[in-house]
Parts: sequence; C-alpha cells; structure tokens
Amino acid sequence: MSDKQPVVSVMNVTKTFAQGNVTALQDIELELKPGEFVSLIGPSGCGKSTLLRIIGDLVPPTSGSVTVNGKPAKQARIDRDYGIVFQDAVLFDWRTVAKNIALPLEMLGWDKEKRRARVAEMLELMELKGFGDHHPWQLSGGMQQRASIARAFAFEPALLLMDEPFGALDEMTRERLNLELLSIWQRLQSTVVFVTHSISEAVFLSTRVVVMSPRPGRIAGIVDIDLPDPRSVETREQPRFFELVTEVRELLRKRGEHLLPEEQELL
Amino acid sequence: MLSIVALMLALVGLWELYRWIWSSAGFTWPFAVDSTSMPHVWTVLKAFGQPAQVNQPALATILFHKALFTMKESVVGFGIGAVVGFALGVLLVHSRLLQRGFLPYLVASQTIPILAIAPMVVVWVNPKLPASLQGWGAVAVIASYLTFFPVLINTLRGLQSADARALELMRTYAAGRWSVLWKLRVPASLPYVFAALKLAATASVVGAIIGELPSGLQSGLGGAIINFNQYYSVEPQELWATNIVAALVGIIFFLVVVGAERIVVRRAPENTA
Repeated sequence: MSDKQPVVSVMNVTKTFAQGNVTALQDIELELKPGEFVSLIGPSGCGKSTLLRIIGDLVPPTSGSVTVNGKPAKQARIDRDYGIVFQDAVLFDWRTVAKNIALPLEMLGWDKEKRRARVAEMLELMELKGFGDHHPWQLSGGMQQRASIARAFAFEPALLLMDEPFGALDEMTRERLNLELLSIWQRLQSTVVFVTHSISEAVFLSTRVVVMSPRPGRIAGIVDIDLPDPRSVETREQPRFFELVTEVRELLRKRGEHLLPEEQELL
Repeated sequence: MLSIVALMLALVGLWELYRWIWSSAGFTWPFAVDSTSMPHVWTVLKAFGQPAQVNQPALATILFHKALFTMKESVVGFGIGAVVGFALGVLLVHSRLLQRGFLPYLVASQTIPILAIAPMVVVWVNPKLPASLQGWGAVAVIASYLTFFPVLINTLRGLQSADARALELMRTYAAGRWSVLWKLRVPASLPYVFAALKLAATASVVGAIIGELPSGLQSGLGGAIINFNQYYSVEPQELWATNIVAALVGIIFFLVVVGAERIVVRRAPENTA
C-alpha cells in the first residue's frame, strides 16, 4: 500500500481562530492511504472536527496545506472528490428519500436513468428499500442517517468525511449502522475519515485511530488497529479488541492530564 | 365541513341574540340597535333574491358578476405582486448593497395610503393599456401594490432560512449560486412565501375594491359598495349583502392559496408555517 499516492496529506497544518485567539490545531501531519478507515478521536476542543473540515475545504487552515488525491483541498472539493456525512442527516424535507440520495448525482449532471439506477442500488445497500418515496420526516433517526450515508456514497467518491455521524443515535442503532458502514466501505473500497467521541466505535471501525489532545489540538498518538477483517459482532468480544481500546484510552488519558476534572471524567 | 356550518349558525345566532337583547332592553351603548344599524340576518338573505332596483335582475345575480370582475382584478394584482415581490426578494438577498439601498424606500412605499396613490396609478397606467385591459388593468396594478410587500419581506426571510449545514453540503458539491438558490434556498423559503401569499390573497381583494373607487369603475364590488352606501339609511341590507360577498371572495382566494400550499410545500407537519 505504501507505494500508492496518499488520498489525503495533511502537511504541517495549524489553525487559529481569531476570536479568543484559540489555537484549534497545531502542526498536524497526517497521511491517509487508499482504502484506509481512519478515526479521529479526542475530547471536545481537540480540533478533530476542525481538521475534518479543513480536509474538506470547508474552513481554510491558518498555515500548512492539505492535498486530496494529490490536488489542493479546494480543487478536490470543486472536483467533488469527497462525500460528507454530518452528525445530523441534513436531508432536504421537500425531497423524498430517493431524491435526497440523488442530489449529488444531479449536481454531477448524471442523466435521469442513471440516477434512478444508482439510487435504487443505494437504497438496497443501506437497507432502505421501499422507503425511497417517503419524506425524511417519516423516517426514524437511524434511517435518516442511513439515507445520508447513501447520499454520500452515491457518487462513489474516493474519500468520505464523516463528522460524528452516529453521535445522536442510540447504542443499538449505532452498532448496527457501524456494521452497515463497514460493509459498504469494503464494497466500494473508499477511504474514510471518521470523527467520533466513542473509543469502542473508533477501534471497531478503523484501520488506524488518530488520538488527539486539546489546547492546542495535536496528534497525541496513532494506534494501528490489527483486528481481523471482516469485522463482525464477535469482533467486539475479542481480547485484542479490549487491548486496543485500552491502548487508545491510555493515550487519551496521558495527554489529558492538563484537562479540567470534568473533562477527564469523559475519558 | 360540518364544523363550518355549525360556526356559521352560531355566528348568526349571536348576531340575532345581541340584536334581541339590545333592542328589548333599550341599550344605546355602543350604539342603538335597530333595523338600520343591524338588519336581521334574514332581511339580508332575502335581499339577495330581490332586485335592488326596479327592472333589474336579483341582487345575487348582480353581485355575482361584480364579484367575478373584482376577482379578476385581484387575481391579476395578486399575480403581479407575488412575482414582483418574489423576484425582488431573490435579487435583494444576493446583494447587501441593493438591500440597504432599496429596502427603506420599499418600506416607505407601504406607509402611503393606497387611496392616495390610486388616482395617480390610474392616470399613469390606463393610457398605456390595450382596450381589453382598460380600467380594470390599472386596478390590478393598485392591488399588486398591496400584495408585493409581504411577499418580498417573507421571501427575503425565507431565502435566508436555509440550514447552515445544508449550505455546507451544497458547498461540498461545489454548487454554484443558481443551484444553491433553486435546490436549497427557494424550497427552504416556501413556507415563508406561502405565509405571505395568504396575507396577499386577502390584501389583493381589499386592494382591488379600493382601487375601483378612484377609477370610477361600476362593474366591480367597489362600485357596488359606493352605490349601496348612498342608500344605507333606507336599505341597509344591500350593503350588508355586498359585504358578505366581498368577504366570500377573500375567503375563497385564501382557501385556494391554502390548497396550493398543501400541494407544493412538503414539510414535516410540525414545520409548516
């Protein structure tokens, strides 16, 4: 894998917010190889979401640079090289589920027949078959997020940015969606940047977990996840899974010494 | 439907009850009740079936045609106002400079009473109109003067109501200004626009009726109101009948807009304006 061009290169990125003079990110270096599933994890204020948004060219870095598919982040955005999933599904109420999934395809200028075929495929893949004609508000939170993931994967972008996509869901829905996400990721062989608060979710999903620490936001350490693929319900019960969870937790704790007590409790 | 009928009957009952108490007790506050100040409901209803003047068809027939005429004016005025208001909203939302430059004047325009500008509009607009639009065309323009403003203000507000993350999502698609406008901002604005259209629907009827007065048009409800006003002390029921018809026109128009909203605006039930 090392000979391939990285999908994402974050080079020496620093981000300061003028308001309050906060250093959200300092000297971040990170590289994602094709097909990797990389989680960004850390306490609030470690800049993990900001890093994701810099990769997506939704906010500019103060210094340093980001390339996606070998191009500057802005060019990659204009070329629609990535799909994005937010914490909320951000579906358009006035569109049916099928039309929501078709939105990026419309933007890419696909013709109607091609759109319909792809949307049908995505509905099947994300277990939304039969719900294409529903409107978003008629779906449960978990189904809405599935539609949002289907929309992000619909045009098969090389890169998928996910900003705490399952943060608002209950534990059971979350674990099911984790499995579904993994199967679609393996099938479409895309590269994923996944921001999360949950250690077990990060370990379960990822090929690598990037542990971040706050004030200023830095990479505290990177844990390679060597769990066997494909992951399944049993993965969470393997001793190796618990070892890796502990390793990530230790990294978070070590770097969390300067945190306020209530923030340490979160670790 | 049943509840509407029940409500109508209740209102009629209240009217007659009030009449009966005030006239039998001889109350004179806030006004003395007699057949001029408050005619019986049935007197008004009976007036619909009788000619207002000798050798004329029944009042209902006359008012029906006048209502159609006024409706034509208000529908066209509503249309002009809605299109102008929406287009101005789209234009102004894209330019802070235009918004700051023009909005104060547009607001000021609404503080001028419509009766004060109606004669000028008639003088300005009528000579330019083809024969088929003579007279009522100017009234439609006057009606549009009342309707564009709520549509403009709500369109502005609605276009800015798009969710911040939805805008970000469009940014990840490298969406241009037009795509963002048509795929996100305009659909997001529709509940606001329809709230304004409901106001505009009734305002356009009022605008059309008032616009008929300085135009000297006799074919619409405005002309009928002026006419029956003069005979009010003798035959109050005819003005009341006309008022009922004018209200019906407004209600019908309002309901048409509500119906259109049901079809066009697809939202979660709790998010409809």
